[in-house]
Amino acid sequence: MNSVHDMGGMHGMGPVEREPNEPVFHAPWEGRTFALNLAAGAWRKWSLDAFRYQGELLPPSDYLRMSYYQKWFSALAERLIESGLVTRAEVESGKPAPGSVRATPPLTADKVHAMLRSGALASRDVAVAPRFHAGQPVRTRNINPTGHTRLPRYARDKQGTIHRDHGVYVFPDTSAHSLGENPQHVYSVRFAARELWGDQASPRDAVYIDLWDDYLDAA
Amino acid sequence: MSTAHGHDHDHQAVPSDLTLRVKALESLLTEKGLVDPAALDALIDKYEHKVGPRNGARVVARAWVDPVYKQRLLTDATAAIAELGYGGAQGEHMVVVENTPQVHNLIVCTLCSCYPWSVLGLPPVWYKSAPYRSRAVIDPRGVLREFGLELADETEVRVWDSTAELRYLVLPERPAGSEKLDETALAGLVSRDSMIGVAKVASPSRGASA
Repeated sequence: MNSVHDMGGMHGMGPVEREPNEPVFHAPWEGRTFALNLAAGAWRKWSLDAFRYQGELLPPSDYLRMSYYQKWFSALAERLIESGLVTRAEVESGKPAPGSVRATPPLTADKVHAMLRSGALASRDVAVAPRFHAGQPVRTRNINPTGHTRLPRYARDKQGTIHRDHGVYVFPDTSAHSLGENPQHVYSVRFAARELWGDQASPRDAVYIDLWDDYLDAA
Repeated sequence: MSTAHGHDHDHQAVPSDLTLRVKALESLLTEKGLVDPAALDALIDKYEHKVGPRNGARVVARAWVDPVYKQRLLTDATAAIAELGYGGAQGEHMVVVENTPQVHNLIVCTLCSCYPWSVLGLPPVWYKSAPYRSRAVIDPRGVLREFGLELADETEVRVWDSTAELRYLVLPERPAGSEKLDETALAGLVSRDSMIGVAKVASPSRGASA
């Protein structure tokens, strides 16, 4: 969707502000929110793509105003409710509904190390023919879906060159909406900075973007 | 430039009831048996104390002293990084890009906050911020200048936008004056920022960069 999360190339956001000796979490609630996301994610009721899309659905003014983990908290609560793990009334009251059955958490402390070690592969070991090969010129499609996509606006209808074929991965545009994994090749595509930004960009510079087969046409 | 400033970060401008709301949600999920609070403690401990840029620094130092390892790292980063014991969450599919006197690489995620947790830990606030995400692709040289890094016009800047599940790590240039250092000492020179691409690794004579 064309919302403010897709901010590559926008002006007016100000200088990059760094914080010396920045802690990993700025307050205990940030760490708890981070950990709650991973622990609740272990139920596998939603994909990472669906979680990202949930964050994108925030009204743009809220997206820009809220802190990072505040957005995570908001998206987590919505995913928990939508998945049926909790009800909105439970989230609002902080109490389980009377008579609700107690579950067994999939992620216990003894399993944390192994879960993080194995991670979650987004690649798929299936035979899907690549539509493009390294060195081939391509043009990105001019798509403007209202759902989730990982083709940034600044790179639509632009010509680039396939730099590398990363292999076969889950397609976020369908995965985010529970419409299937639709596995396909992802390529690193090189775009000259001037193709994206015009003459103001350095003639030497380039932006490399990882793009799925369904975002590309032969140029 | 100085990074000190007096006004509030956006991460501080949060409603005062957020602590209570997060506590209430944790309590609800715990009571329903959906999460184990001890698992939350373990997750936080992992990212506060065990996983961080020291992992990536070890990878960089190994590549500096071992050209064969470096070749493996640039060809199949996931496997080469796993040789040092790192991988898993947000490091499942790694790509390493090499800085040279001719090429400078910079990592960003314009759409969200993708970052190689397994080798750098969790990202700093600035990496996830609107200014960095919006500007890194359109004005990388201006962003680098704010970080105190002025690149020559002849240098080619390559910006890597992490739009898929590939996670990127910059292999910075080994600094002059580090020829006599061993691998452990070299790892001590490598800053987080140099592995994102917003800094170079400082010469040991000038002290490590931020």
